[in-house]
Amino acid sequence: MDSPVTVVLDPTDESRPAARTVGPRPDDLAGRTVGLLDIAKPRGDVFLDRLADLLTERGATVRRYAKPTFTKPMPTDLRAEITAECDVVIEALAD
Amino acid sequence: MPPVTTTATAAASTSPEVPADGLVVVVKQDCPTCRLVAPVLGDLGATVYTQDDPAFPPGVAVRDDTDLDASVALGIDVVPTLLRREGGRETARAEGWDRATWRELSGVADLGADLPEWKPGCGSRTHDPAVADAMLVRARGHELAARRVELAGLEDEAEALYDRGWTDGLPVVAPTPPRVLRMLAGTTRAPDEVVAVVPPNLVPATVEKVAINAVLAGCRPEYLPVVLAAVEAACAEEFNAHGLLATTWGAGPAVLVHGPIARRIGVNAGGNALGQGTRANSTIGRAVQLVIRNVGGGRPGEVDRATLGQPGKVGLCFAEDEEHSPWEPLSVERGVPAGASAVTVFASEGPRGVVDQISRTPESLARSLAVALRGVGHPKLAPGFDAVLVLSPEHVAVFDEAGWDRARFTTTLAELLLLPPEELARGADGIEEGMPEPTRPHPKFRREGLMVAVAGGGAGKFSAVLGGWVGGPGGSSPVTRIIEEA
Repeated sequence: MDSPVTVVLDPTDESRPAARTVGPRPDDLAGRTVGLLDIAKPRGDVFLDRLADLLTERGATVRRYAKPTFTKPMPTDLRAEITAECDVVIEALAD
Repeated sequence: MPPVTTTATAAASTSPEVPADGLVVVVKQDCPTCRLVAPVLGDLGATVYTQDDPAFPPGVAVRDDTDLDASVALGIDVVPTLLRREGGRETARAEGWDRATWRELSGVADLGADLPEWKPGCGSRTHDPAVADAMLVRARGHELAARRVELAGLEDEAEALYDRGWTDGLPVVAPTPPRVLRMLAGTTRAPDEVVAVVPPNLVPATVEKVAINAVLAGCRPEYLPVVLAAVEAACAEEFNAHGLLATTWGAGPAVLVHGPIARRIGVNAGGNALGQGTRANSTIGRAVQLVIRNVGGGRPGEVDRATLGQPGKVGLCFAEDEEHSPWEPLSVERGVPAGASAVTVFASEGPRGVVDQISRTPESLARSLAVALRGVGHPKLAPGFDAVLVLSPEHVAVFDEAGWDRARFTTTLAELLLLPPEELARGADGIEEGMPEPTRPHPKFRREGLMVAVAGGGAGKFSAVLGGWVGGPGGSSPVTRIIEEA
């Protein structure tokens, strides 16, 4: 005898995004523009300042960005700006 | 009882199979009165519908109404029912067997001469609880737009729903179409109406989606207006649910219910108001969290980065005891008209109790409570996080008996919580944590960063502090929404 089937209604947004793939990695940062994003957590700037020095030594152009507050998602305009201006972005998350 | 009920207002039939003119009888084999009248049914010249057995009554041409569509269309409450229709409308009805009435309606003068004069009928199968769900789905299932997911017969229901990632780790109630339709009956809002755009994925949530998650959470239909208002509040820009979810801090959205709806649906504001054992308290906050998880996509380990979390994140909901509180309700202070029902959603940790069994003066008790409130987040951070103080009846009585109202109490607390810079500085008290070089007193809480609600059982000089999270535009502000349909 077939077992009865229970029908339930999907409680989710019903989107099943395809697995995200990692973008291609550049072989070298020399001559590329690297964005450094400070999410506005304390001492994130210390980490990014050091990274900026190291990247500049290796021939990368560094551009600095900051979120207004770490407690909220990045403004859409800032995201667009970074996408338009940079080849690579590094984000400082730590306290 | 009048023998013939004239029903000029009877709903016009939507079923094409129901005769527009003539006599109609509806019976079921399971009913003794129907079996009693079976022999006369062939003499009526009526269309006979049978609700349970298409072979009943024997020898009579019957229409099979085992799916009950005709019975629903005709509004049958009792079997047997004899009714007369003219021009698509019902003009007369007799329920049960009443010989004189049936003779009058049918025009058959000697109808049922061998039968008793009168015998009451039985309940229509449309009222049988065993078929109620199927009928509900047939009547209103088209209103449901959510994707239907089939669980195989051999799958354990609780396991299957957990495996699909739809739960908070506790078992949930399977959101079957009948259950969701019954939940939707708790609101006057249309199932396809968008309630809010839910963070973090910013997905529009319809009333139906919220209802599905309310079923999962274990809510009763009468809780749904509260859940809808709470979801709307939690998704407001100033509540910043995305930030609250993503922070490594452990607070989550908590729901405070105001006004008469709390008592009507049974939200506990008395003994153990912050604890277990009351269905509304245990499920309303949980439904909000499940909406954020399932619709918004906010899950622990993904966008939810809490270092520790806390058990209130399963769902925290309680009400202010406005009935017994001597003070103006918190909701009125927050701009809700007196007597209206509302919810306030705020960022909250789990409660921490505050003991003071000795203070009998408002000055002493206020100082006690201020010391306890100073610990929110860290005693040396100010303004740090928002908080909610839940004052117990025995504690609020101390203030009330001394003539202190809500405003005087909160003003005094604010004065007591203006913390001197030398105590806040980094390194003070041998503690590195603290404020960097403070030069002036700092308030422990920002303006509007401390809400006070009265709740709890009659005995116990204990209140509770619900620590929050970063308050204001840089974090989360409590959001109050009036429940319009309450």
